[in-house]
Amino acid sequence: MSGSGNVGIVVVSHSADIARGTADMVRQMVGDEVPLAFCGGDPDGGLGTNVESIMAAIDAAWSDRGVAILVDLGGAETNSEMAIELQPEERQGRIVVCNAPIVEGAVMAATEASGGASLEDVKRTAEELSPS
Amino acid sequence: MQAEILTAMDQALTRELIESVARRVIDHAGELTTLDQAIGDGDHGVNMKRGFEAVLADLDTHAAKPLPEALKSVGMALVMKVGGASGPLYGTLFMTLGKTLPAEPGRDDVAASLAAAIDAVKARGKSDVGQKTMLDVLAPVHVALVEGRDPVAAANEAADATVPMKALRGRASFLGERSIGHMDPGARSSALMVGAITEVIGRQA
Repeated sequence: MSGSGNVGIVVVSHSADIARGTADMVRQMVGDEVPLAFCGGDPDGGLGTNVESIMAAIDAAWSDRGVAILVDLGGAETNSEMAIELQPEERQGRIVVCNAPIVEGAVMAATEASGGASLEDVKRTAEELSPS
Repeated sequence: MQAEILTAMDQALTRELIESVARRVIDHAGELTTLDQAIGDGDHGVNMKRGFEAVLADLDTHAAKPLPEALKSVGMALVMKVGGASGPLYGTLFMTLGKTLPAEPGRDDVAASLAAAIDAVKARGKSDVGQKTMLDVLAPVHVALVEGRDPVAAANEAADATVPMKALRGRASFLGERSIGHMDPGARSSALMVGAITEVIGRQA
């Protein structure tokens, strides 16, 4: 499976369109070199985020090197943290939420991941974009 | 035989508690949405309604469990179905109550369990009392339980007291000073639940 040796990237937006568009920009940059999944929208398809889809996205982008999640607003972060806690024991500690702007952070994180960087380095690179 | 009768009564009470909380929230979904439209993204009512409709859809399953297990499964349903930050926040509240309550709790047990649940919600939301959130109702309700005062009056007064607060967490915090003058939707939904639970318990006495 291509890209499985690199850290995976998950994009979680309140908007399915933003999630898909962000993932498109990531793909344009790194192709299939990183496992990538995205989700957006509430369980009824409106604006929002939900734990079930985030868990499915983590599964889809899973890498033994870990998964970095990029989120937009508060609910996306809270739901992502909940989804991480509900993961099996062996995945704990290998999934992180990056404190970074979703589009720029996802592209930067994926670019770093495509070079074989560790989860810590991927997260740090994405977070260099955040105002300190 | 005695034990079986007791179990049947417990199940009826568990069912009534879950159903009353769910119906109270669903009946006030419009009001919660209106509150959230003023200072948030306007989805609190519809999200909570979706979550509690999912709870009602599995009411038989939830109610067949001992109270602590029922609270955990209700919490998990809210986590999965509410969407928005309210799902994990209320889900964490119910799941922690389930983890910490004994099967037949007294008032002291409820107070201790609520204290643990409040801490869990603070951690989940990276929030604290005084930031115009559900915690501003839950914390005073805990104090009322400890001091032997009416938890419903405490909840309603506390929800009203969020009106002059400035929001420091969630979407409402983006409004800064403009969040002042509106009741926090999460404070209101928490007060609704406290009201529903207390009415059911009161009918038992």
